[in-house]
Order: sequence, then C-alpha cells, then structure tokens
Amino acid sequence: MKKNPFSLQVKLDDFIPASADEKAYMVQMRPSTTFFRDGVKRLVKNKVALVSFIIIVVITLSAILIPIFWPYGYEQMLGVTPGRPVDSSYNNLAPMHYGRTEQAKIDAGEKVFPHLFGTDSSGRDYFIRIVYGTRISLAVGFFASIIVLMIGILVGSVAGYIGGKVDLIIMRIVDIIYSLPDMLMVILLAAVLRQTLTPLIAGTVLEKIGSNIISLFIVFGLLYWVSMSRLIRGQILSLREQEYVLAAQATGAKSGWIIRKHLIPNCISVVIISTALQIPNAIFTESYLSFLGLGVNAPMPSLGSLASDALNGISSYPFRLVIPAIVISLIVLSLNLFGDGLRDAFDPKLNA
Amino acid sequence: MNSKNVLYILKRIGLALLTVWVVITVTFFVMHAVPGGPFLGEKAISASAIKALETKYGMDKPLMTQYFTYLKDIVTRFDFGPSIKQRGRMVIDVIGDGMKTSAKLGLVAAFVALIIGVVLGAIAALRRNRIIDKVIMVLTTAFVSMPSFIMGALLLIVFVVKLRWFPGNGATSGGLVLPIITLSLYPMAYITRLTRSSMLDVLGQDYIRTARAKGVSKWKIIFGHAMKNSLIPVITYFGPMIAYIVTGSIVVEQIFAVPGIGRAFVQCIINRDYPMIMGTTIILAILIVVMNMVSDILYKVVDPRIKFD
Repeated sequence: MKKNPFSLQVKLDDFIPASADEKAYMVQMRPSTTFFRDGVKRLVKNKVALVSFIIIVVITLSAILIPIFWPYGYEQMLGVTPGRPVDSSYNNLAPMHYGRTEQAKIDAGEKVFPHLFGTDSSGRDYFIRIVYGTRISLAVGFFASIIVLMIGILVGSVAGYIGGKVDLIIMRIVDIIYSLPDMLMVILLAAVLRQTLTPLIAGTVLEKIGSNIISLFIVFGLLYWVSMSRLIRGQILSLREQEYVLAAQATGAKSGWIIRKHLIPNCISVVIISTALQIPNAIFTESYLSFLGLGVNAPMPSLGSLASDALNGISSYPFRLVIPAIVISLIVLSLNLFGDGLRDAFDPKLNA
Repeated sequence: MNSKNVLYILKRIGLALLTVWVVITVTFFVMHAVPGGPFLGEKAISASAIKALETKYGMDKPLMTQYFTYLKDIVTRFDFGPSIKQRGRMVIDVIGDGMKTSAKLGLVAAFVALIIGVVLGAIAALRRNRIIDKVIMVLTTAFVSMPSFIMGALLLIVFVVKLRWFPGNGATSGGLVLPIITLSLYPMAYITRLTRSSMLDVLGQDYIRTARAKGVSKWKIIFGHAMKNSLIPVITYFGPMIAYIVTGSIVVEQIFAVPGIGRAFVQCIINRDYPMIMGTTIILAILIVVMNMVSDILYKVVDPRIKFD
C-alpha cells in the first residue's frame, strides 16, 4: 500500500504495548547525579588533587590536635624553673637530645618525652613551635580569605546589581587599588598599624591575637578584596543575561527558584575556588611579613618568623630553617594544587 | 598607530598617574597618622627640643600645608626631603646609593629569568609529555610555590654554609650570584609555564600547519613563526615580574646582606625614619606602576588582535 504523505492513516503498530524487552531498554541504568556529586567524583579521580587534599587535612589536623597531648608548650622555656638559675643545657639542643635534669631522670629509669626537633636558643621545644607556627599560618590564611570573600561579595554584588553610576565609581576605585603595588602597601600599612593598634587594643580580647595579626587582617580587608569583587560582579552581570535564565523566566519560574537552581550553583563554584586559591596567597604574605619582623608578635611563632629567627644561627643549626621551609612550601604547594583540582572538577564552564 | 591606540595609551598613562598620586597621598597620610611622631625614640627628648626639630623639618605647619609642600617638591624637583635618622643626607641620595646595587641585582635577575624561562618553556612545549617536559613542569611547580625568602635561605645553607662556594656577604665580589639566582627562580618558573602553554597554543594553529605543509624547516618554523607569537603573553608578565623582583629583593637583600634599596627599606622601617619610608615606598611604587603600564601598552600595541576597551 502506497503511503500518501497527506493521509491521516496511522500505523497501528506504533500503539502496541511495549514488550518486556523494550521496557527494560528504557529503564534508567544509572541514578541521576547532582552537580555536587559529579564534581566530587571528578575530584577524587584527580590523583594530584586528592593527595594534596590528604596532605592539607593531615597538616591541619596535626596542627589542631598535637598541642592537646604534647607535654611542652610553645613558649615554655624548658631550662627555666622558678626560683632556680636558668639551666642553659636546655638551649640549642640537637634533635632527640635531652637537657641535664632530663638526662638525670632518664638515667634513673624514668621516661622523658623526646624533643623531636631539639630546642631553640631559648630552650623551647622546637617541634611544638613548628606545630603552633603551622596553626597560626593556616588560621591567618583561612580567616584572611574569609574577610576577602565577604568584602568581595558585598562590593561586587552591589556593583553588579545596582549598576550605572555606582558600578562605574566602584569599578574605578577597584582599578586604582588593583594597580597599587600591593606588597609595598602591605609592608607600609603593617608597619604603621602595628604602632597605632597596640595601645588601642590593650586590655581587650584582641590583645591576645596580637596587633600584628589584626593589622594583617585589616590590610587584607583593605587591599585584596578587589579581585574577588571584580570576579563576583562579572559573574552577576553575565549570569543575569544567560539564556537559560531567560528560558526559566519564560517557563514561569519564580525568581527564588532561579536564584536557587541557576544563579547560586553557577556562581558558588567560582567563588569557592578563588577563595581556596586565596588561602596560600595569604599564608605567603603572612610569612613574608613575619620574615621582615612585621608578622606575629613574639613569643607566638609563625612559620615565617621561625624561618627568620633561624637565620641567626644558620651555620650551626640549618635544620631549624629547613623544617619551617618544608612545611610552608608543602602547605602552599598542596593548597595550590588542590585549588587547581577544585577548579577542574567544579567549574562548569571548563567542562563545556 | 590609529586613534584608538593613542586613546588607550593616554587612558593608561592617566590611570598610572592617578595611581602614583594615590600612593603618595596614602603614604603621606598613613605615615602622619602614626601616634607619637618620628622624634619619640629611645631617648627622652625635651619638649622644646622636639619643637625645634619639628620647626626644622617643617612639621609645625598644618597637615594640609605639609602635604602640598611634599607633593610639590616631588613633582617639581623629585625631592623627598631630608632623612631624619641619617643626619645631613637627603632621602633621594640614600635611595640612589642603594638603587645602584639593587638595579644591577634586579636587572640581571629579570634578564636571566626571561632567557632561561623562554628557552625552558619552548623545550617543554616541543617535547610535550616526554620526560624532559615532565621534569621541567615538576621543577617549575615547586619553584612557584616556594616563597623567595625560603628559597634564598635554602641556597644560603647549601652554597654558603655547607659548600662555601660563595661569600655570604652581598657586598663582596661574587656575592650577588646567589641573590640573583634566588630572585630569578620564581619569575623563571612562571615564564617557563607561560611560554610552554602559549607555545603549545601557537603550534596548534593553522598557519603553522601551512608552513609545515609547504616544507619550511623545523627550526625556521619554531623561531620564525611560532616563537614570535608565543612570546606575546610573556610581555604581560613584565610588570608583575618587576613588582615581584622589587618586593622579593627586600627580603633577599636582607638574607644575603646586599647593600641595596630593599635592605635600606627594612632598616628605615626598624629605625622609624619616616621620610625614608615614604620616599622608598613612593619610588618603588612608581617603578612598579610604570612597568605595569609599559607592559600593558606594549601588549596591546604588539598584538593587533587584542580589542581595546
């Protein structure tokens, strides 16, 4: 029978109920995945990023947990006992060596917790100072990035949403701050704020953190938000104009749905990634300032100040410089590699 | 050169001037906001002596008058006033002295970084995924994530303390070798990665295939066709590289005891020599801002494909 293209004749075969085989063919073999699960899967496949992540977790956990059970404090000078002359046999101990009184205890059969990395010139256990230094460096990096993130989101979204003159003025200010030589300004502000803040915060909770760290945070808040706010403004501007947003609006989606399902998932990964990449940057800056003597207040250690202190005794005790150097490079390297991995796994624009 | 180019260059120069002005203003007011002033030092000085000193340095005048005098002196005579702690010397002379050593250090470091970086990057790109490429990439990744002061200190341990190949004092002959290596490693690694990726990008272009198809020799393709275009992104790194070398030299000169401007900067921060701090900050900032501007302009002028905004 010749089929007339204009006839309304229907093929009855098309309306036969599906057989079991055909039904089985249509069954979804794989459960649908979410964007987040998909990203995690890609991240886990990335060996370099995974190893970096494990290193970060191990370093962070040891920085948090080791001081709990370690028998020595970071500012405890082991040779100093109240009411007695200072026992200088504790100063500058080599790794796994003991001070005079400790040696006596060991000879008497008692157990003494070893000084894994020896002690420094004031007789402080070097291992615990490294652990505390790591803790300070990580905390500074983390909080500085959070500050940068918050200011960046605030300014960037204001500029992106309001647009017009406000946007223009904000973006010109951003341009100028962006072209300022950041490190010089950081040094200048850190040097000045240190002196201004010390009398201001005396006696408050903030004193415990130390004026230098607070001035570091202020400096970060003042200077480093610009690239974050540029990023967020750009995201908002481009996402608002996307066709899928228009399509969602056309199919009657409410703005709450659009924000939840389209704007946030598309924006958040970029923001998280650049925050993650900001952390090593902040750690780097902190150690640089500490190295110049503008970082943490003594006796609190940071990896940079430990390295800087070690320069004085470099010919006799080079390992005191090598250890913080290795830790800091390891942290910065693995954070950078992990950030790269995050970007590869979660940036939807790269997969396209 | 068309009018759009000229407009862009003028705009860029305007932004640079504005930035320099912001730096001067911020530096001036920040330094004057410090409580106590520069004369409150270790020794107790009588109130009348402080008054005399303030009159001598013009600090008894209102702040705005001081600011405009300072600005005018810089613009008209490039004069940053006298140093407070180094009696009888002008800030600009002290900086000029340090600049001689620092400029040598910085320029050689930049040059070394550029040459070695481009060569290594090209080698890595041409031998992609071979052993040599992987070795270069691993090494550059390590160099990029190592702060300059750590690198300098490690070099100090190995070559000065252990091997004794070089003197530890940067003022002696041969003393600049290690500072130069320290300063150039990071930019070198960065340029290597930049050259590698842009070289790979260029090698995949159609015109390279055309050149190969018509029988141009391999080396002529690399140096005549590919190299030129793959160096364009490197130009954008000039500005950041100078900024890195300037800030890096502050610690590197400290580590190796090089009598340069960076060391002087740290010294004047410790001594609270305010006119010195201001002068050094401003001059280094001008250097960085100008280099950034030059590399931005060069980048846009060299590559006609880049759109002007």
